Amino acid sequence: MPAKPKVAFYWCASCGGCEEAVVDLAEDILGVVEVLDIAFWPVAMDFKKADVKALPDQALVATLLNGAIRTSEQEEMAHLLRRKSQYLIAYGACAHLGGIPSLANQFSREQLLRYVYEETPTIANEAKTRPLPSSQSNGNRVTLPEFREVVRALDQVVEVDYYVPGCPPTPKLTKAAVVALLEGKLPPKGSVLAPDIALCDQCPRKATKPVDVSFTEFKRPHLTALDPEKCLLAQGVVCMGPATRGGCEAVCPAANMPCTGCFGPTSRVRDQGAKILSSLCANVAAKDEAGIVKVLDGIPDPVGTFYRYGLAKSLLRRKADVAAAEKMPAS
Amino acid sequence: MNSEKTSPPAPDGAWSPRIVAFFCNWCTYTAADLAGVSRLKYAPNARVIRLMCSGRVDPQFVLDAFARGADGVLIGGCHPGDCHYAEGNFKMLRRFQLLKRLLRDMGIEEPRLRLEWISAAEGEKVKAVINDMTARLKSLGPLGLPRQFAEWDSEVVKLTETIQEQETKEAEVTHAS
Ligand code: SF4
Ligand code: SF4
Ligand code: FES
Repeated sequence: MPAKPKVAFYWCASCGGCEEAVVDLAEDILGVVEVLDIAFWPVAMDFKKADVKALPDQALVATLLNGAIRTSEQEEMAHLLRRKSQYLIAYGACAHLGGIPSLANQFSREQLLRYVYEETPTIANEAKTRPLPSSQSNGNRVTLPEFREVVRALDQVVEVDYYVPGCPPTPKLTKAAVVALLEGKLPPKGSVLAPDIALCDQCPRKATKPVDVSFTEFKRPHLTALDPEKCLLAQGVVCMGPATRGGCEAVCPAANMPCTGCFGPTSRVRDQGAKILSSLCANVAAKDEAGIVKVLDGIPDPVGTFYRYGLAKSLLRRKADVAAAEKMPAS
Repeated sequence: MNSEKTSPPAPDGAWSPRIVAFFCNWCTYTAADLAGVSRLKYAPNARVIRLMCSGRVDPQFVLDAFARGADGVLIGGCHPGDCHYAEGNFKMLRRFQLLKRLLRDMGIEEPRLRLEWISAAEGEKVKAVINDMTARLKSLGPLGLPRQFAEWDSEVVKLTETIQEQETKEAEVTHAS
């Protein structure tokens, strides 16, 4: 019997939800284990980096890597797994687009460290101790990975073969990706392994989506009693459906919540945030500046709303003056 | 060799702002033409891109212009009520309002994006607007996003090079043994 193909799962800057999604394959995971040899999966199995290093190059058929890249250690692991894998797959919104962690690209590293280690209301750290990449302890040198300036998606660090989108990806898409890998039925390199259509096409509310939406106000979903059947845009709630790739089968609108965009854009859109901004604004009813501004005030945080899962891969990537702020001498 | 794409050197070698200007075919573009024919002298800092309507300015174009090194983006459209496609300039006005806020949140100063209504007869206004915007951008200084991207990514490039060096060394050791 030929040896089972080897795969690895790895996580970087992530919440653990993507790991959970793999576990959520439930009984199916047993089927996966039957046909695959899991060679590395830190969250569930006791293999070490040395085991991966010891493998010949390309010994792994695939690595499914989730999480954004924030530290030098994550970069090193990404390089190592890239080298050992025939296919490197960015699994989940963070590896695909930077995910929620990349919203931190609105702040400098200094701002983040200062807040977390000194200013958070729940912290007591009078000595203002911060983790250092290198320090001495009892005559030993202790090292930590570097905390990078910028949060990145996986393909901003190493070459990526395929992307499985979602926060987290659905079991169905995960299974489809694994099957496609095993059967060698893969689309062109660089593809996102999900349908290339807008989410609205899969939404049960599509029939009630007006051709001409006209916004007189934007309502916040947590402050609004939502009709469970009518298109959310028609109810004045920001729904990212028109600017988001389908594939999840519209689970959020089906649960009476607007889509927040976790599958990222379709292949025809370069910048998901700019695209939804374009479409929402065009349909504001007001024609005078004051009236327009008043309606748009209903979207208090455009960056957090439109780039919730993808600031790292947006055209601007990161707040522009952050680097300048970082370089300023500490006062 | 000049690899600095973000700031075109002026004849005297000093930095001078680069403005990407999206002009509507029916009004501002014609006005810019008129300004040329009338031999009006104004700052040479705007690279004009002609579109059929200001409503065609996809906000992606604006972000892409900044990401590729523009210091400012100017959009010129027909006066309200005069758009050849009825609503295009209102769509632009609405997008402009939120885009301004989004850019501010992303650290890009307000004067870097400007929307003006300029009719085909207003060659003088083209001159005044471009001169004024150039002056304001001069006092703001370069935005230089491509340079910032390269700076941010130097941390990644450095590690990649170190790893490549290590791998080459390891490969040499393996071959030698
Ligand atoms: S609810 Fe959202 S996803 Fe569904 S049709 Fe409306 S805009 Fe599209
Ligand atoms: S509806 Fe939108 S936010 Fe919800 S899972 Fe699908 S893509 Fe993600
Ligand atoms: S045609 Fe000029 S702005 Fe629409």
